[in-house]
Amino acid sequence: MNILYDEHLDGTIAPQDKADVLADLSQAIPDLTLLHHEEDLRPFECDGLSVYQVLPMLVALPETLDQVETLMRRCHALGVPVVTRGAGTGLSGGALPLEQGVLLVMSRFKRILEVDPEARVARVQPGVRNLAISEAAAPHGLYYAPDPSSQIACSIGGNVAENAGGVHCLKYGLTVHNVLKVEVITIEGERMTLGAEAFDAPGFDLLALFTGSEGMLGVITEITVKLLPKPETAKVLMASFDDVEKAGRAVGEIIAAGIIPGGLEMMDKLAIRAAEDFVKAGYPVEAEAILLCELDGVEADVADDCETVRRVLEAAGATDIQQARDEAERARFWAGRKNAFPAVGRMSPDYYCMDGTIPRRELPGVLKGIARLSEESGLRVANVFHAGDGNMHPLILFDANQPGELELAEDVGGRILELCVEAGGSITGEHGVGREKINQMCAQFQPDEITAFHAVKAAFDEHRLLNPGKNIPTLQRCAEFGAMHVHNNELSHPELPRF
Amino acid sequence: MPEQYTSPRDQDASAELGEQIRQADAAGSPLRIVGGDTRSFYGRTVEGTPLSLANHRGITHYDPVELIVSVRAGTPLEELEAALDAEGQMLGCEPPRFGEASTVGGMVASGLSGPRRPWSGAVRDFVLGTRVIDRAGRELRFGGEVMKNVAGYDLSRLMVGAQGTLGVVSEVSMKVLPKPAASASLHLDMPLEKALDRLTEWGRQPLPITAAAYLQGALHLRLEGGASSVTATRERLGGDELKDGFWQALRDMRLPFFAGDSRPLWRLSLPNHTPPLSLEGDTLFDWGGAQRWLKSDATAEEVRAAASRYDGHATCLGARDAQGRLQGAAEPFMPLAPVIAKYHRRLKAELDPNGIFNPGRLYGDF
Repeated sequence: MNILYDEHLDGTIAPQDKADVLADLSQAIPDLTLLHHEEDLRPFECDGLSVYQVLPMLVALPETLDQVETLMRRCHALGVPVVTRGAGTGLSGGALPLEQGVLLVMSRFKRILEVDPEARVARVQPGVRNLAISEAAAPHGLYYAPDPSSQIACSIGGNVAENAGGVHCLKYGLTVHNVLKVEVITIEGERMTLGAEAFDAPGFDLLALFTGSEGMLGVITEITVKLLPKPETAKVLMASFDDVEKAGRAVGEIIAAGIIPGGLEMMDKLAIRAAEDFVKAGYPVEAEAILLCELDGVEADVADDCETVRRVLEAAGATDIQQARDEAERARFWAGRKNAFPAVGRMSPDYYCMDGTIPRRELPGVLKGIARLSEESGLRVANVFHAGDGNMHPLILFDANQPGELELAEDVGGRILELCVEAGGSITGEHGVGREKINQMCAQFQPDEITAFHAVKAAFDEHRLLNPGKNIPTLQRCAEFGAMHVHNNELSHPELPRF
Repeated sequence: MPEQYTSPRDQDASAELGEQIRQADAAGSPLRIVGGDTRSFYGRTVEGTPLSLANHRGITHYDPVELIVSVRAGTPLEELEAALDAEGQMLGCEPPRFGEASTVGGMVASGLSGPRRPWSGAVRDFVLGTRVIDRAGRELRFGGEVMKNVAGYDLSRLMVGAQGTLGVVSEVSMKVLPKPAASASLHLDMPLEKALDRLTEWGRQPLPITAAAYLQGALHLRLEGGASSVTATRERLGGDELKDGFWQALRDMRLPFFAGDSRPLWRLSLPNHTPPLSLEGDTLFDWGGAQRWLKSDATAEEVRAAASRYDGHATCLGARDAQGRLQGAAEPFMPLAPVIAKYHRRLKAELDPNGIFNPGRLYGDF
């Protein structure tokens, strides 16, 4: 068995008697929608990472916080694990169900509770779609900044759980920079408020700790986000390069010129062609790489910045530079990028999207490493890159119907992430660890660091009932994975069996 | 490391610090963690053996094009900011300094940010990674030198403002920003209510404001950004030029408002557009009204009730002594809700079971 799937490595999960759990929950919360027939459970067997599928024991679809609270209390009392799911668009299997667990689906909490233009905040339920917040704020000239590519479908609760990013992170930050306050229900069924409408709150920054914690510490039931005034104007420049390295250097030159673009994206040839075939964005299909550079802000400054960036791009060897002439063309330039994943999906029966981050200066070396892995494996790899903040999205093309290809794609993916770690980066910039990258956590962190993560988990969820088997690997798993780092010439946990 | 970022006083003392911590943990002997010791007023008094980070100093990595700097905790803020300034960059959180001894570690531990905070972000927003010495004396690494990193829990940001109670932050990696191309500061005489209304109105417009304070009957504004927008906004708003050094003095609590007074000084953190609170005393408004400094003889209960009514909180820094130093308070920080307090204690018990890291610095029970 592939060790990724071997759940025994993640600690034992007690077998549950489905009928007993169902009877208990139905009695405790009579008005709760609980799905338990196989045909009803089937739609929930995976999230956005569809290569992993597990049928949950039960699916709960609460509509009130009292239902969530009682559900948590009962699951805590019964020792039944709970996996929380939002819109199910996550790309790392963070909402992958457990055979022996309850899948808590928050999608019915989809009300925008308040948009306060004077305070510049919106208070929303976790099932509200990311884009719906900006749409509700638009009449006031405001918007919610983080914009993951899945923003038409993904929900804000999931965004908080994953600390979602998007194409405007370098300037406007991640979810953690744009959330002021969350309401949480703990596994013990307690309600608590983290953060405040003020800029800070007393005590530890638990809001930051919960952001990106992948449903491992509590269930997020309400979110207050910051709204920003819409920039007066936004202009996009598209630069073509005959060499990926030149494009990479141009990114550094733009930053060196003292400019923080609203968005700065790179795509390689395979991604350019896929996007052009799909959305006819007007991309130069002969180019080895393109850069999309969006400059936003006050009209006069943006005009100055466009001139500066144009000069930088020319000096960096761009073969062609186009500036979107109007809003329609700007939207078209971005449509190619935002649809890059499905576009690549059309070229291949399956694709596997990675999410490593690197210091930007390491880009040429890492791209070469990816090309080498692609060549060795025979699998094509398209590269889409949040160039401004060093977040890479290599897309590995494969066919799951060909025996062994999924495993090969996973192997190539894992190696790409290890390349990122070696370059001083991280295995995930915005998609989360989930189930998918649980093994690579062992490459990024030392056993002592992983032990510290377990300590944090134990403070909030002593019995490991919230989303077990995700995000933080057990030391047993790391030992098995064989990536255990040797520290000061001795193994840090000699007591652990190594197989 | 290019030579211009190094200093002859740079030193890696992590091994010695680790050994001191390991021994303290074995003996169950509390440590009082100290950098420049300029922020002792900001928290409760800690009884413990001093653990000095002052010799653990120096920039360990700085690549201006990556917009990231890594620096040891004992490095004076002044030294770090001078190195950034030489490259046309800055710390976006504009951290206060309370003397030249103020260190990077103190900035992280206190989490205090300057006038730019509402527009740019707080210390925690710019922290990308930390090295933390745990109770066993091991230097652990969380986050890193990349802009985006969601692997594992965000222990780096958890350390910001935790005042050393969860471990010793020995090094920090931060995102830095280019300095704005143009800057102008002005003050406009107007009544407080009008100033707050204006700020609410301007908050919904893409104006290049990066600081807004109200004191002495005038709204004080800083405009930063491209030359075109700063000039245009400056002309549109009118008002009089503000003298150099005002924002640094506000940041570091050196304005006359903060000088000798027998009344306790409070820091109130409130949502945008909170109306003036009905508390006796003198108030200086910073952060566009979201951070208020109050000198008042009102009781702690009165001040805290007024702040919580608006979902804010209040911190007491005490009165000044004869030398003008803030005295701190017995219970500076707002009491936590019982369930939140419970998870604070649990987190502390997990990461510092022997209670050696700055015990009682935030609250009496951990």
